[in-house]
Amino acid sequence: MTPELMAAGARAKAIHDGLLLPGKTESGGREASYSRVATGELDVTHGAILYLDDITVSFDGFKALNALSLSISAGEMRCIIGPNGAGKTTMMDVITGKTRPDLGKAFFGSTIDLLRLRENEIASIGIGRKFQKPTVFEQLSVFENLELALKADRGVRSSMFFRLNGEQLDRIGAMLTLIHLKDSAQRTAGLLSHGQKQWLEIGMLLMQDPKLLLLDEPVAGMTDEETERTAELFLSLEGNHSLVVVEHDMKFIGELTQNGKNGKKVTVLHEGSVLAEGLLSEVQANEKVVEVYLGR
Amino acid sequence: MSAVLPTAPATIVPRVGLLSVKSWGAVFAAIIFVAVLMPVLNLLVPAGSALHASDYAVQLVAKIMCYAICALAMDLIWGYTGILSLGHGVFFALGGYAMGMYLMRQIGSDGQYRLPMPDFMVFLNWKEFPWTWGVSDSFIAQMLLVVLVPGLLAFVFGYFAFRSRIKGVYFSIITQAMTYAAMLLFFRNETGFGGNNGFTDFKRILDVPIATPSMRMLLFVITGLTLIGFFLFARWLVSSKFGRVLQAIRDAETRVMFTGYDPLRYKLAIWVISAVMCGIAGALYVPQVGIINPGEMSPAASIEIAIWAAVGGRGTLIGPIIGAFFVNGAKSWFTQAFPEFWLYFLGALFIAVTIFLPQGIIGLVRRKKDAT
Repeated sequence: MTPELMAAGARAKAIHDGLLLPGKTESGGREASYSRVATGELDVTHGAILYLDDITVSFDGFKALNALSLSISAGEMRCIIGPNGAGKTTMMDVITGKTRPDLGKAFFGSTIDLLRLRENEIASIGIGRKFQKPTVFEQLSVFENLELALKADRGVRSSMFFRLNGEQLDRIGAMLTLIHLKDSAQRTAGLLSHGQKQWLEIGMLLMQDPKLLLLDEPVAGMTDEETERTAELFLSLEGNHSLVVVEHDMKFIGELTQNGKNGKKVTVLHEGSVLAEGLLSEVQANEKVVEVYLGR
Repeated sequence: MSAVLPTAPATIVPRVGLLSVKSWGAVFAAIIFVAVLMPVLNLLVPAGSALHASDYAVQLVAKIMCYAICALAMDLIWGYTGILSLGHGVFFALGGYAMGMYLMRQIGSDGQYRLPMPDFMVFLNWKEFPWTWGVSDSFIAQMLLVVLVPGLLAFVFGYFAFRSRIKGVYFSIITQAMTYAAMLLFFRNETGFGGNNGFTDFKRILDVPIATPSMRMLLFVITGLTLIGFFLFARWLVSSKFGRVLQAIRDAETRVMFTGYDPLRYKLAIWVISAVMCGIAGALYVPQVGIINPGEMSPAASIEIAIWAAVGGRGTLIGPIIGAFFVNGAKSWFTQAFPEFWLYFLGALFIAVTIFLPQGIIGLVRRKKDAT
């Protein structure tokens, strides 16, 4: 029974009992209003784009996430570090719908309950995810990879009759330039180097035009130069997109946060919950963090 | 297939038409062959002439063309989407049975018992048609069933299997179980489809005698054109974005999901399309071969469809058609020359192709071409 039905029933009973005149309600005929609730639309007026509360995930008794609470502001870039098994990837699985938590809440903006949506729906509302191991469509060309990721109707029929228009073509062209793959546009994606695949996958994420990007170890297997360029790229995205970067490479984290000079926060996960949060320098100085992670 | 253009930095998109000029030429040649050449060689060239196409040859090619449609359908689901079905025989047989029911009704009172019901029903002492035969005297209704029955079965089966995310070898096994279960069901007399004898001894189609040379040739031409039509349809499908999503599902299904596509819908769509193609192939097969029985639903029959696709070359559209012709051509020659060795040969062929020619015959041809 839905709340609306219950309210309607209570009203009918009140009218029947003579407590209420037909057409009048207790609130004087006003409907309950839910301001600003537009289902399916992202609402970040309260500041947070991602809000995790008390998320617990256990696998056979092992708590991969233990009452994890985390909030990411709109436009923020947040780095997440933590030793192996701290629950970084599981957290991404929960956000993207791959794993259902035993307990807790996960909201995208203040209105979208992520735990009710499936993977593809979560992707469609604007959460893009890069996997730890780069996953691109190996048999398709670089261009086709980007074309599939391009924001467009995901239905079967519209895919059958899909044709790129000039504007979309320009977007793909611009993206190819941005990820330095313009000369490889017609190459089969499977033939790219590891670092290039990482870039292609990042490019595919950006083609989806997501509000929130989850990047799981985005620079693994990249050369120093590529890593530097990636840091620049991510910093340029900030503002329009919110980013969550999970990384082991402290040098990369240092580049992203400019060693704490740009005010970016770092979150340290340990055994499935937040151990510390703050500027990189603060976190590095934190005794608990040093003990479990940095001071190895 | 995909145009490998020299990378010209100015153009990042290859604009390929449905087919290259050369391939269009081949398609027209195939149309001429089935719609003009074969009828002339069979009907007009006298039987003594060296150019005469015998009735046997016509029937054999027609049969193989039906198989080729199945191989093409298999390729869409296996080669392009990466889902190996070992139960496609059931869709072929269901299409065949839908056609067979109509043909049985067309026999009228000319059966052994001279009664207006099919002989097997008379034999079972049935007085009226079971509900499944409700529309069997209408050609149009039965032709709709040719599409609807395999389509509906595929939809229901596929929906539950894909929704439960059953993949890989598990999916193949349950498709095999499905066709086996259907075979056992159709073997039973009570089911009302002629038991293990199935349907045979057809006399007429649309009140025209079925065994005349011109009717046989008409069916041949329809089959050939259907095959060519399905080839072009499949070409269109795989060269659309839909086709690329299918290939993406084959290569990295999770990535497809996290890109916002619902793989269930895509897999279900191509699965149903593939099943319907097989159903139509079955309906074309039955009047030309003159028999349909539950043997078509045997697991081995479905596995053979997969072999045709694998031998010809998965993931190309012409490959499975070539594979169907090659394997069945070899079969008809072998079963005459060395009947007892056919199955050994088929097994050896499958092993050899798997080990030495993972891309099938098409792969071999391509490698030769690249080498020169």
